[in-house]
Amino acid sequence: MAEPVISARGLRKVYGDFTAVDGIDFEVQPGESFGLLGPNGAGKSTTMRMIGGTLDRSGGELQVLGMDPADHGPEVRAHLGVIPQQDNLDEELRVRENIVMYGRYFGLPRSYLLPKSEELLAFAQLEAKATEKVGNLSGGMKRRLTIARGLVNEPRILLLDEPTTGLDPQARHILWDRLFRLKEAGTTLVVTTHFMDEAEQLCDRLIVVDQGRIMAQGSPRELIRDHSTREVVEVRFGSERNARVVAELEGVGVRNEVLPDRILIYTADGEASLEEIGRRGLHPVTSLVRRSSLEDVFLRLTGRSLVD
Amino acid sequence: MTDHARVEADADATALAYSGRAPEHAVMAARARARGVWYYAETVLRGMRAYFWPIVLYSVGQPLLYMVAMGIGLGTLVSSGVGAVDGVDYLTFVAPALLVSTVVMSVTAEMTYPVMAGFKWQRLYYAPMATAVSPGQIALGHLVAVVIRFLVQAAIFWLVMLAFGAAPSGWSFLVIPVGVLAATAFGAPLQAYAATLTDEGFQFAFIQRFVVMPMFLFAGTFFPLSVMPVYLQWIGWISPVWHGTELARLATYGAPLSPLMLTVHVGFLLACTVAGLMLAVRFYTRRLRS
Repeated sequence: MAEPVISARGLRKVYGDFTAVDGIDFEVQPGESFGLLGPNGAGKSTTMRMIGGTLDRSGGELQVLGMDPADHGPEVRAHLGVIPQQDNLDEELRVRENIVMYGRYFGLPRSYLLPKSEELLAFAQLEAKATEKVGNLSGGMKRRLTIARGLVNEPRILLLDEPTTGLDPQARHILWDRLFRLKEAGTTLVVTTHFMDEAEQLCDRLIVVDQGRIMAQGSPRELIRDHSTREVVEVRFGSERNARVVAELEGVGVRNEVLPDRILIYTADGEASLEEIGRRGLHPVTSLVRRSSLEDVFLRLTGRSLVD
Repeated sequence: MTDHARVEADADATALAYSGRAPEHAVMAARARARGVWYYAETVLRGMRAYFWPIVLYSVGQPLLYMVAMGIGLGTLVSSGVGAVDGVDYLTFVAPALLVSTVVMSVTAEMTYPVMAGFKWQRLYYAPMATAVSPGQIALGHLVAVVIRFLVQAAIFWLVMLAFGAAPSGWSFLVIPVGVLAATAFGAPLQAYAATLTDEGFQFAFIQRFVVMPMFLFAGTFFPLSVMPVYLQWIGWISPVWHGTELARLATYGAPLSPLMLTVHVGFLLACTVAGLMLAVRFYTRRLRS
């Protein structure tokens, strides 16, 4: 196997008495698309910033392209494209200028930056806005510009922190398509997200993190296989009856979960389970058979309670 | 999308990932380590272009107003009363001091709210932080851009002084670096202080009223500091405006200044600037990496 482009051993970050990242291990292979999936506050962004060397770690080992980012920040970041969670475009500058000036921070000459910025504007579908002030762009346009800007130094590794938060469905799909092509062209992607569909679309392999620890890792398919069943039956009996009925559903599936509005039955064969429910004389108001998703895995591993 | 377009788009994506035109990443890092300060300064200067005309109007209008008010207005009154001040007419006496205090007062605006915008409001500093540039270079780059702006502003002021005949000495052009040095002596520590603030910067109004105004009014700008009672003179001694003003008067009309005091003035301004820069680099690094 090729040398990993990122490798973390026992990576930790502590703020006072709060442990944001609690000793995680992972490796990212060249050319793969690697995901960090977790609820808000799980330590995903903290991990990303330590990879870029813009946040000092509290413990553990970290190597990016064979260098320690804490000691070789500029050298490591020269290889990285960073797409932050919060856009930080310079609103005083024009659209094209934002790309050009960002490229200047990498010491890139204007002879390179002028054609490159045109290509990136095309990539972001902002050619018509090249001389517009950034302040006049819509949220989706700003996001696309932020992403285009992050590609100006032809990064080997692209760090995307919640890349599609705040985008409409069309824009998300366009972006996923663009990212997929970058990956095909050999760029390594590291993506944090709390969107399951995004993780399933984008990531070859991912780790599920919660409270700074790795809860599970593998490909989306492996995670579903290991932590959920093939299918899920969702039945509703009305909010008062759900809790009473659940005892009678014992043994229909591998596992049941009662939610305020519905009961989830985890099972290998959804249709068969639904027939079994009928045979037991139970008649749900509504029923739905679906394939298990990463969301089921995620909620199983990180719980359903709200995290702030 | 037609097949043809699809093929082209694929080619574009490959080009985006690797065009072969970009320098080696190690070269990028080496360039940024060497010249990152200038890269960030360029961004700040480009940002100022949005306020180009206000800055020009202010830079030209401010000295004009002062010269007319002080030279023709107050100057006439002073001349008819005491005659010369410090051996020269009142306008020549007050003009270099006004240059210094104008530039120092302008630095207050540049090193407070824009620093907050960098860290908090627009998070402008966090964009270069993700690149090959380092936090210390961001701090210095911001100050360098402001220095360049003030070189221009001080030069315009000096030209206005020349036009009003208020700069008799052949060395009067030295008021330009003197004014800028006085500005950094106050601006660099202020920048370092602003970098420690995490709230909305309400302190800046306080600084404007209770630090900048006394520094301006009690720094021998309109009358020699020696006129003040001794118990108020200390305000001048710790004010970069006074140290800068003394140097600017020497440059403008050869005001008497002992070599010792010359050293003290230059030393004080340099010390404040260097201390401020060191603190700013430290505070920027701490904040941007936490």
